[in-house]
Amino acid sequence: MKIAVCIRRVPDTTAKIVIAAAGTAIDPAGVKFVPNPYDEFALEAAIALKEQAGDGETVAVAFGPDSVQETLRTALAMGIDRAVHLQGEPSADGLANARVLVSHLKDGGYDLVLFGKLAVDDYGQQTGAMVAELLERPCATAIAELEVQGGTVKVMREIEGGTEGATCALPAVLTCDKGLNNPRLPSLKGIMAAKKKPLDVTPASVEGAQATVVSLALPPERPAGRIVGEGAAAVPALLEALTSEAKVL
Amino acid sequence: MAGSAEYTGVDFYDIDSLLSEEERAVRDTVRQWVSDALIPVIGTAYDEGRFPKQLIPGMAELGLFGANLPEEYGCAGLNNVAYGLIMQELERGDSGIRSFASVQGALVMYPIFAFGSDEQKQHWLPKLASGEEIGCFGLTEPDFGSNPAGMITTARETSDGWVLNGTKMWITNGSQATVAIVWAKTGDIDDAKGIRGFIVPTNTPGFTGKDQKGKLSLRASDTSELHLQDVHLPKDAILPKSAGIKSPLMCLTQARYGIAWGGVGAAMACYDEARRYAMNRVMFGRPIAATQLQQERLAEMLTEITKGQLLALQLGRLKDQGKATPSRVSLAKRNNVNMACEIAREARRLLGANGILVEYHSMRHLANLESVYTYEGTHDMHSLILGQEITGIAAY
Repeated sequence: MKIAVCIRRVPDTTAKIVIAAAGTAIDPAGVKFVPNPYDEFALEAAIALKEQAGDGETVAVAFGPDSVQETLRTALAMGIDRAVHLQGEPSADGLANARVLVSHLKDGGYDLVLFGKLAVDDYGQQTGAMVAELLERPCATAIAELEVQGGTVKVMREIEGGTEGATCALPAVLTCDKGLNNPRLPSLKGIMAAKKKPLDVTPASVEGAQATVVSLALPPERPAGRIVGEGAAAVPALLEALTSEAKVL
Repeated sequence: MAGSAEYTGVDFYDIDSLLSEEERAVRDTVRQWVSDALIPVIGTAYDEGRFPKQLIPGMAELGLFGANLPEEYGCAGLNNVAYGLIMQELERGDSGIRSFASVQGALVMYPIFAFGSDEQKQHWLPKLASGEEIGCFGLTEPDFGSNPAGMITTARETSDGWVLNGTKMWITNGSQATVAIVWAKTGDIDDAKGIRGFIVPTNTPGFTGKDQKGKLSLRASDTSELHLQDVHLPKDAILPKSAGIKSPLMCLTQARYGIAWGGVGAAMACYDEARRYAMNRVMFGRPIAATQLQQERLAEMLTEITKGQLLALQLGRLKDQGKATPSRVSLAKRNNVNMACEIAREARRLLGANGILVEYHSMRHLANLESVYTYEGTHDMHSLILGQEITGIAAY
């Protein structure tokens, strides 16, 4: 089975974010970037599927500037076989970005295309489903279990109050949620081996983007907490505050 | 708890920009493993006074044992800076766990790699890298610590092999090791040139390893006494290229190099804990971080850590160029471990009464670092090694 995993490079969720002067992007200086955490579930799923099958090929695909090559090498260090860098500047338009990915994926012969369910920086949640649509393939989003049986995939999705099981025929596009697996850390040998694995670079550019980012703003600072008193004597005041001010009781 | 889940290291001088992508990747992998696997179990292991054996398979799978040895022996083939960063991150967790990896890699795998025959290398190194075999290093004796050349353990050649007799002390991993590298005198008892290394499977009759009890430091590490009573070994048990006291000292230089990085890791852990605690602990109506006394403590810690990081990194670059002389390694081990001791103590003090609890990390590091200060060449011996380097006069 041939599996593509489309991955993004995002700021570490613990990084302190500063908005750049233009007000439409973050300032990358001093920010640590990591593979999108949901994409790590997709990478682990691809590597595990190949390990179970004993053959096949796994390919990590990323669209972005040269810095995404570091993210691709992390995927290779985890155990992905080879990487494709679609070199260019993504837009704020999910559909336009999806078209760039499809330009590679459509002739790649992939049985399965995996995504994270969303990227933790922009929460767009568009690309995976749009790629499926453009490829005219079935799509299951936010999967938490995955099993491949012959030409069929069985997935489980966590939905409100329960779970939903679904099947679809291969080839298919899936987006992965937390709980699907426990992504492995790249081993030291994997990190060394990653340098020798193929990483193909193809120039790419978005066309027909219809959405642009107008402004970015940080959430307002939360006001400081208030100590209403100490010990049992403070309980009435606390109840009063929760009832009449916060209105949570 | 002390917030280790969000640990992101300490890098005030953008030292990350002096590291290659691969070196950073190695550091990040080990850092993550320490947060995920080591930190959650270390407090209990330390409290109970046992080495957390359950960590060995994970360490082996990541490739932490002998990571700077070549790939043909199942190792990662990393450069010395990446190797140092592994030691830094392991010691961010606990000096005992770093000691385990140091012994396995620098004191067991390295001598087999450097002084062993091809057969010995091919037989032992892959098994040690995979954690299938656990090693220990027997050099120090009850009466010969800083002066290992005075050892009285003997190896007598017989018609079909060797017979070893003697006692070794302060041996990390000694009781759980499946193989020991034992150093013994093959010639006259006054002849340090006759010191040779032997590969001793610990199930050989006459070999016993017993844990030393009552340790108040490195409690999550096994420290043992080895007894060798008429231990018969085949001819090929000797490390053929080992030659005199210089050979075990070369191993110690490898281990001390890692310890120079380890000290930085322990100091970073203590600083990180102290900084978070100072920001959150409210006294007199404001965080204690708002007081000048604690700010001075934190400023001092950050300064010394930054100096130690640069020292370790340049030593690593020198080592990759073959220029990390024993005295250069002494300077970094001496400085960085002493620095870590000071920072651990100040962090413990900043944490107030909470600082004596095992759920915080600084006092465990503080107690551990007293051993690290003393082993692998005491702080004082490293002063004398540097003194000799400066003056040409040996004062020991």
